[in-house]
Amino acid sequence: MSRNIETKALIIGGGVAGIQAALDIADGGYQVILVERTPSIGGHMVQLSEVFPTLDCPQCILTPKMVMCGQHPNIDIKAYCEIESVTGEVGNFTVKIRHKATYVDWDACTGCGQCEQKCPTKVPSEFDRWLDFGPRKAIYSPFAQAVPNKRVIDADHCLKLTKDKCGICAKVCPTQAIRYDQKDWFEEVKVGAIIVATGYELYKKENLTEYATDPDVIDGLEFERILCPSGPTAGVVKRPSDSKEPLDVVFVQCAGSRDPDKHLPYCSRVCCMYCCKMAMLYKHAVPDGQAYIFYIDVRTDGKGYEEFYQRGVEEDRIVYLRGKVSKIFRQGEKIVVFGMDTLTGKRVEVEADLVVLAMAMIPDPAGEKVRKILNLKTDDYGFITEAHAKLHPVETGIDGIFVAGTAQAPKDIPETVAQAGGAASKVLSLFSGYERGKASKAEELAG
Amino acid sequence: MKISYYPGCTLKTKAKDLEDSAMAAAKVLGIEMEELPRWNCCGTVYSLSSDDLVHQLAPIRNLIRTKEQGSSRVVTLCSMCYNTLKRANEFFLADEEKRDRINRYLDEEIDYEGDVTVVHLLEILRDEIGMDKIRAAVKKPLTGLKVAPYYGCMLLRPASIGIDDVERPTVMEDVLQTLGAEVIESPYKTECCGAYQTVNRKDVVAACGHNILTSAQQNGAEVIALSCPLCDFNLDNRQREIQEVYNGFHPMPVLYFTQLMAIAFGLDPGVCRFELSYNDPVPLLKSKGLIA
Repeated sequence: MSRNIETKALIIGGGVAGIQAALDIADGGYQVILVERTPSIGGHMVQLSEVFPTLDCPQCILTPKMVMCGQHPNIDIKAYCEIESVTGEVGNFTVKIRHKATYVDWDACTGCGQCEQKCPTKVPSEFDRWLDFGPRKAIYSPFAQAVPNKRVIDADHCLKLTKDKCGICAKVCPTQAIRYDQKDWFEEVKVGAIIVATGYELYKKENLTEYATDPDVIDGLEFERILCPSGPTAGVVKRPSDSKEPLDVVFVQCAGSRDPDKHLPYCSRVCCMYCCKMAMLYKHAVPDGQAYIFYIDVRTDGKGYEEFYQRGVEEDRIVYLRGKVSKIFRQGEKIVVFGMDTLTGKRVEVEADLVVLAMAMIPDPAGEKVRKILNLKTDDYGFITEAHAKLHPVETGIDGIFVAGTAQAPKDIPETVAQAGGAASKVLSLFSGYERGKASKAEELAG
Repeated sequence: MKISYYPGCTLKTKAKDLEDSAMAAAKVLGIEMEELPRWNCCGTVYSLSSDDLVHQLAPIRNLIRTKEQGSSRVVTLCSMCYNTLKRANEFFLADEEKRDRINRYLDEEIDYEGDVTVVHLLEILRDEIGMDKIRAAVKKPLTGLKVAPYYGCMLLRPASIGIDDVERPTVMEDVLQTLGAEVIESPYKTECCGAYQTVNRKDVVAACGHNILTSAQQNGAEVIALSCPLCDFNLDNRQREIQEVYNGFHPMPVLYFTQLMAIAFGLDPGVCRFELSYNDPVPLLKSKGLIA
């Protein structure tokens, strides 16, 4: 009884977890297929302005890893692809991958971007969280350092594909890479192990009906883009409604988190730190401004985190108010915030220019399809359940399928990277175990 | 449609304008509100706030009166009556032991099982009449009248008995829009009017009213529409105190949504009893050509 054992890994999701796991497995000498549903790997991390507690820019620390992935002989990035079906078992999974039509021949595309410059159609950019500041084109690459550096056409908005007009991109492309007639196509691959790293999204602001739906009431990722030096405002802090510089900014922590009655009961774990970080970055950009943070508790449970928070309070004079915000609404130019300072027992009313809601982290809804295809067990909120809460934190209930990053639970970047390394090491020991087994069997037979 | 009607004390005195306009407007829509032959105090929210069974007797008695009238539903106009009756019923359904105690105490009455449904007129308009039928009844659309709805607390809280989303209610907006009015977004529409503080802390009520009214005015409102007689008193009559404290405050009329319905339905303005308003709404309505 012998069967073919595949020593190739599939990683689903090209965020920092997927990237790290891919590099670790590839450096260990095994082949990796990295599947990403958007046109580029990088995930949410590459959208962030600067990251706590060191305030280094994720473009600087993540893009080298992205490029390493792109150039690694053992890594095959399949961007703009989705998983269609998975059959088999540990050591021998058959995976059907859908290559979504990009309408661009990626073998011919050099990434020069002339098509994008000339494209007349503007579309809100997913990467810039649909902010009005930074639309993309109908033919686009999500951001400047995209890996792979290729273009895709958005079929819902392209004039050629919707109305059979325009066709400019095909005219300007120096390598004739545009293929308006391209269709989705499918590919089957065989792998021995799978890592699920489908990541997170934010709980929708609209779910909090006590807070106004207003362009100047934004979520954490939107403010990350506004603060980002390479973002749609080039790092100039502006509020969406009128592009004015906001002088009073209110942050609301636990927006949707830690609210078992109406929303999600769990702690999203990164908001305390990123609110502090964003308030700090805001103060560095707008020294005359004032940042207020409403909190339930300030949870700074990581290395260097408490010191970071103290710095925010002492050096950047962030005003921390312990209490929940009951209501947010627009009154003329201002966004009025009704809150409570439970330390003084007084009601607080802040007339702000901009409000940032630290929305709860939820498993990326796009990952639900993957969870269903793999038949993975999840908790009530869709986070993938690990095999054992303490002793098997990266294994799922299915042999050969591992989990990394925020697909498993809310977590920050260092923890995500550590978990991704953990998942990769499980895959490596699985694969090298097979090979050693094969070698000793061969010796036995030879001996 | 025939339905039992519980008026409550204020509707027969200070809020006669609410009752008369509501009865007349409801009739246009084919709602026949039949007043309970006997009724007593609803219990009032204030007394229901203490954990004492005796305070539940008054509302329960009114629900028993409804059954005696051969009805299983009772409609209210006053937000507070709606709240007390509905909550008494909820309380009654939730606790079997207390239900028995109350029924034993009320031994001369028929036993009550919690089987009367309490509804507010706004719910009937939304869920049973529907906006299309209301629109069909409009003879004089309230075109150009900028109205800010105000709900207060009694129609919405606690959420279990609320007639609409507790944070973002829209039922009054829908009705007013159907009547042709320009609805003004009013962020204070669910904030407190000051309630019973009006008895001995007029300053508190004036502060609440000032926030509510000036916020609506800043958004362009010319008139407030509401359904609660206590809110009406606090927002209308207390404008005298608001003017004493807040310089530059411009008074504005406050109306029941039913008065606006009566006008839009082209009924005799007499049913609106505008003489009961502290701030006379007549000049505004005349300037919009809504009354002669």
